[in-house]
Amino acid sequence: MIRVESLHKAFGAQPVLRGVDLEIAAGEVMVIIGRSGGGKSVLLKHLVGLLRPDAGRVFVDGTDVTHLHGAELDAIRARYGVVFQGGALFDSMSVFDNVAFPLREKTRLPAGEVRARVEERLAQVGLSGVGDKNPAEISGGMRKRVAIARALVTEPGVVFLDEPTTGLDPILVNTIHHLIRDLHRKARFTAVMVSHELPEIFGIADRVAMLHDGVIVESGRPEAIQASGNAIVQRFIHGEIEEGQP
Amino acid sequence: MSVRPLPLPLRPIEALGRVTLDVVQSLGRFGRFLAHAAPLMLLPPVKTGRVVERIHFIGFRSLTIVVLTGSFTGMVLALQVFLVLGRFGSEAFLGPAVALALIRELGPVLCALIVTGRAGSALTAEIGIMRISEQIDALTVMALSPMRYLVAPALTAGLLTFPLMTAIFDTVGIFGGQLVAVQLLGLSSGTYFGEMQSFVDLGDVMTGVWKSLSFGLIVTWVCTYKGFHCGHGAEGVAHATTEAVVLSSVLILVWDYFLGTVLP
Repeated sequence: MIRVESLHKAFGAQPVLRGVDLEIAAGEVMVIIGRSGGGKSVLLKHLVGLLRPDAGRVFVDGTDVTHLHGAELDAIRARYGVVFQGGALFDSMSVFDNVAFPLREKTRLPAGEVRARVEERLAQVGLSGVGDKNPAEISGGMRKRVAIARALVTEPGVVFLDEPTTGLDPILVNTIHHLIRDLHRKARFTAVMVSHELPEIFGIADRVAMLHDGVIVESGRPEAIQASGNAIVQRFIHGEIEEGQP
Repeated sequence: MSVRPLPLPLRPIEALGRVTLDVVQSLGRFGRFLAHAAPLMLLPPVKTGRVVERIHFIGFRSLTIVVLTGSFTGMVLALQVFLVLGRFGSEAFLGPAVALALIRELGPVLCALIVTGRAGSALTAEIGIMRISEQIDALTVMALSPMRYLVAPALTAGLLTFPLMTAIFDTVGIFGGQLVAVQLLGLSSGTYFGEMQSFVDLGDVMTGVWKSLSFGLIVTWVCTYKGFHCGHGAEGVAHATTEAVVLSSVLILVWDYFLGTVLP
């Protein structure tokens, strides 16, 4: 489904990705873990084509998307749904219009059908009745759920989630994780999620990959990661401070 | 591999070269930005709703300030020009003097500067906030062009509204001048307007139209570009907004001089 080969990226003199290799199978929930500032979001931005690598390639269904532009890249992106770290809701629109936006712009569905689909998605994320509110009038947790509803409203084949639970209380973290798991069970999309919510993500991931110092140091099923003999993985899972690091 | 620093006497030349390269690169980026956005103003699907919303944002919401400044500009102009003409015994030419100054020069320039301060800065700030809050990235990954949604409608609205706003500025200014000329300075209304019709021709009006059209393009181009490429955080947006207003204002004045030399 998605294959990343030897991906390198540096910002100025600062290397962020130093040769990432990763495979994500169709229909699975892949969670990428790693320390804050470790390049997880940068990797995700390469997968959705927002950043271009210095070297390496990203394949989606066998197509090298690294050098695609314009309509060709848009054709790939049309199958994506993306949940950004801050939600990235359009603050000039209501919650309803935010969720309806991709349907109105990318499909020719009649207004009644758009309304029905948006209300269904809002109900699925537990936000029935808040459609008229502005994004600034709702809480952080609600904004994340609206972002999830917007990402899923077009029924995408691949959903990318960039730290969808960061900054939320433990109950909301669990609520959103259960929501993602439930929606995944129903729609069977491929999900690529960046997170450092441990150990909660082990309950929703099919596979976990750990990014450290710009490379994937371990990937596998959640139980294999938890039992990994890799010292870096174990230190991260247990929150142990590395020698010489703050 | 580290680069050895140049000998001290050569460093000013190196700095000059670096500044020149930066300027050329910036001009190239500006040019590419416009080349990318301009065709989207006409190529379907044209976002008509967004264009109307931008016309409201840039034009309608600037009306009050344009009317206010236009009327006072005309009044001040009438007052000052009357004093000058009085020294030559040519007070009868007050109407044409006010009208020509407004239509050819002051209307397009002042109106553009005012709309830059009111709407251009807001345009940069709005797009800048969309950039730093990943809303532009959200449009991109939805396979929707941010240039088509954010930039092209603003350019179209700028081209449509600036000439209209300038026409309003000129009209209000001329009537402001008439108010001072007739009520305060004792000139007859017939003299004020009658001489105006003899001296102002279509060429003068077209000079104002070409200027306001080009100012509309300059302001929306610069302001959308700066918002689109703003730095990080609130400071980045603030910096981009300041740069947009300063650069737009300077370009308006420079371009006005250039047009003044080539237009009849």
